[in-house]
Amino acid sequence: MLALQILVDGFAISTLYALGAIGFSLIFGVSGVLNLSHGGIMVAAAVAAWFIAGPLGAGQYLGALGGVSIGVVVALVTYGVVVRPIQRSRAIPRDETEIFVLTGTLLWGIMIQEAIAYFFSDSPITVRPLIGGVVDIAGVRTPANEILTAVICWISIGLLWLLVNRTAVGKRLLAASINPRGLTLLGFELSSVYLMVWVIYGVLAAIAGVLLATFLGTSSNNIGVLTASAFSIVVLGGLGSVSGSLIAAYIIGYLETATAYLLTPTLRTIPSLLLLVLVVYVRPQGLLGRR
Amino acid sequence: MRILSALVVLLALATLPFWVSGYILGVLTIAYFFGVFAMSWDLLFGFAGEVNFGPTFLIGLGAYSAGLLDNHGVPVWLCVIAGAVAAVFGGLILAVPALRLRGPYFGLITLVAVLVLQQVIVIFAGVTGGEIGLTINDVLSLDPGYNYWLALGFLLISGIVLTLFSRSAAGLILQASGQDPIEAQVLGFNVVKHKLAAFAISALFSGLAGAMLVFYLGTASVDTVVDISVGVQIIIAAVLGGRRTIFGAVIGALFLIIAGEILRPLGQLSTFVVSAVALGVILFFPDGLVGYLLRRGERA
Repeated sequence: MLALQILVDGFAISTLYALGAIGFSLIFGVSGVLNLSHGGIMVAAAVAAWFIAGPLGAGQYLGALGGVSIGVVVALVTYGVVVRPIQRSRAIPRDETEIFVLTGTLLWGIMIQEAIAYFFSDSPITVRPLIGGVVDIAGVRTPANEILTAVICWISIGLLWLLVNRTAVGKRLLAASINPRGLTLLGFELSSVYLMVWVIYGVLAAIAGVLLATFLGTSSNNIGVLTASAFSIVVLGGLGSVSGSLIAAYIIGYLETATAYLLTPTLRTIPSLLLLVLVVYVRPQGLLGRR
Repeated sequence: MRILSALVVLLALATLPFWVSGYILGVLTIAYFFGVFAMSWDLLFGFAGEVNFGPTFLIGLGAYSAGLLDNHGVPVWLCVIAGAVAAVFGGLILAVPALRLRGPYFGLITLVAVLVLQQVIVIFAGVTGGEIGLTINDVLSLDPGYNYWLALGFLLISGIVLTLFSRSAAGLILQASGQDPIEAQVLGFNVVKHKLAAFAISALFSGLAGAMLVFYLGTASVDTVVDISVGVQIIIAAVLGGRRTIFGAVIGALFLIIAGEILRPLGQLSTFVVSAVALGVILFFPDGLVGYLLRRGERA
């Protein structure tokens, strides 16, 4: 019974983790950027969805849609205002770009956090579930919204897979991640590829943010933790490997859920943090990473 | 010339307790300890090239070791030394992965180190005071002027030691091994030894400053010495002042703490403004305030 409970609950959480982390991984793979304002984008989308659905009274569907659009906008602003200027700056030495992007996005994440706390609130918000009701899965009472969350996540992941592997745009993304120089030599504009990847990233992160808010609730104080969890999943799976991130998300999600149910909820994150340290020690490239 | 003007500024700072209020002295005292944090971070990041997101791991170890010992009746100076020893030990623990991992991977380990320390403190709340914090019964001194001088003197000594180290041959080797470890090794330098030394020195000053800060504040809490946001502030201070300058970190820390106090009426927005300014500096003056001035001085 307990095992089944862990199986069902862990699945929904892990799927959400996976969706949040995949965009993070994609953007590193294609453009070499580790975006430490990731949690900020997720929470911005969630708060927008909450605000449009609740105080503005537009209902949860429009709210979710609006939230995702706002998330994409914030992601594009992140790219346009923070990442791109750093990448193009002449004053920053080439081998230090990575560190500047890390620091810059970190600051940007704090700015998003403070802006949300100031203009809205820093107390936890919950977006109204997209559908109500409870479904009985072999004796485990599961909110229908939890199932819908997992379904939406997997549909998004499936669409991403199709996009990357079956379309011309996706082939360009892949090519950029393997050899950006080669792609430009073939006459493709690298900056439009990067713009594309940020849009895709924005959609993924925003969906994850909105769903997280319908499912667990969120607040601007969660931004740091959300970024850290995406970062650790992606490193555990191997930087730049999308399938690695998927596997890692399930490992971390289930480990956390099992710890919360079997030991105590306060210890929730400890085993996954220790696992992370262990894996990075033994296998720095992560589960499926390339060196 | 430069030394003379530095001396004048130093003398002026030393006379402050005679003519400014206790409030200003209090702000500056904290800013000085913060300056030491930022300088220690700059040694690891600017010179050794290690992306360290967890300066508060070392600071927190020093602060909590000192605080816990004090609660068991150990004399203050012994607590401070013990805090420094604990931090150096922590620094060496961090150095082990740093020797194997590069860039973001090491950054993640440092982030995790802070999170684990924070969780441990919260879980063992019975001993550590948990999220509320640990009350410290002893103080460095009751006189704000004396506390101020202590902090200023400590900042001065740390600054001199760290600057001398960074400009010594060892500092240059450190810089080389940060930028290209393989080439540095090929040239016959012992990269491992220098990196270990950098971690030990950085941790020593972080731990000392953390332990002294705890006795100044009268409390050790997760929010003041361990939380990631504190680490972020330290990183901002060092980058703002100018990385790879040591001295710049102090200027950055002073700017950050004083700006935070001045912007206090803005309430929650003050952090936003400070972060925005820091982001602007990174985008437009990536060498930081001091780095920018040094460059201009060279060109003129």
